[in-house]
Amino acid sequence: MREEVIVRVGAKVLAPFIITFALYVHFHGDYSPGGGFQAGVILAAAFALLALVYGLDAVQKVLPPRFVRACAALGVIIYAGIGVVTMVLGHNYLGYDALAEGHAGQHYGILGVELGVLVTVFGVMVTVFYLFAGRGRRTQ
Amino acid sequence: MLLTLLAAAGLALLRGRNLFAVVMLAGIYSLLSAGLFTVMDAVDVAFTEAAVGAGISTVLFLGALALCGHHENKPGHTPLLPLFVVLVTGGLLVWGTMDMPGFGDPANPVHHHVADHYIEESYHEIEIPNVVTSVLASYRGYDTMGETTVVFAAAVGVMILLAGRLGRKPRPDGKGDGT
Repeated sequence: MREEVIVRVGAKVLAPFIITFALYVHFHGDYSPGGGFQAGVILAAAFALLALVYGLDAVQKVLPPRFVRACAALGVIIYAGIGVVTMVLGHNYLGYDALAEGHAGQHYGILGVELGVLVTVFGVMVTVFYLFAGRGRRTQ
Repeated sequence: MLLTLLAAAGLALLRGRNLFAVVMLAGIYSLLSAGLFTVMDAVDVAFTEAAVGAGISTVLFLGALALCGHHENKPGHTPLLPLFVVLVTGGLLVWGTMDMPGFGDPANPVHHHVADHYIEESYHEIEIPNVVTSVLASYRGYDTMGETTVVFAAAVGVMILLAGRLGRKPRPDGKGDGT
């Protein structure tokens, strides 16, 4: 697939839009279908597309395997950390009302935990993809 | 209509021996399920199904195909015993659904536990129009945190299985890692 001009240009044009769409799905999750999980998968799909067309090495230069592995753990830390923050502020664990006056706290809290979900799902999906795609190359 | 297409795709999946075609059919199956979910107004589920089922898992299957070849071997045994087990299990499951309340009946108990409260009050309590998001991330925040941890644990499992030598070079004498 490395030689196909249309595929290469198409992937290059599509990738930024897919990434933007993933962010839209995340930040608009309060108002429309979607949320962190779907956004993480879409974000990972963008990089999977690039890796399929341009090869694994090119994508791993941008997203080193170490980095995506760290992402997978970081997301869980973000999620659990928000719970700790609300506890420090004197509310229940994950009681988002602590984060701001009135209902705005719920918004911030939900966006924050969904960000944690996004980062974890993105890291996990790309890690698994790297492992599958890189495996055949190493054994041959 | 969608169900018919789903059944057709499922049968084609079973019959196919060319794994590339099977992977593509699995993607189509996921996409059709996503359509079905949309028709049933479960847009969030449909979204996830389309992204995960039709998107990422197809790519992962393709990656696996690149490793193991495109053709499935003929099974070496007769399909009668598995068929029997499947029929009995399926029969038991159908028998089990006899006791369940009618599908889509608004008087079902599942619709009257906390669902009423979520649907009527969530906008006043959370001020977020998408009830799915507010239930997922606020009312059921602990569950979602558990799910995130499960996803992470799954990745750790895959890493242990597939990348046993991560960061370590294989021994030059050709022996294993000496477990």
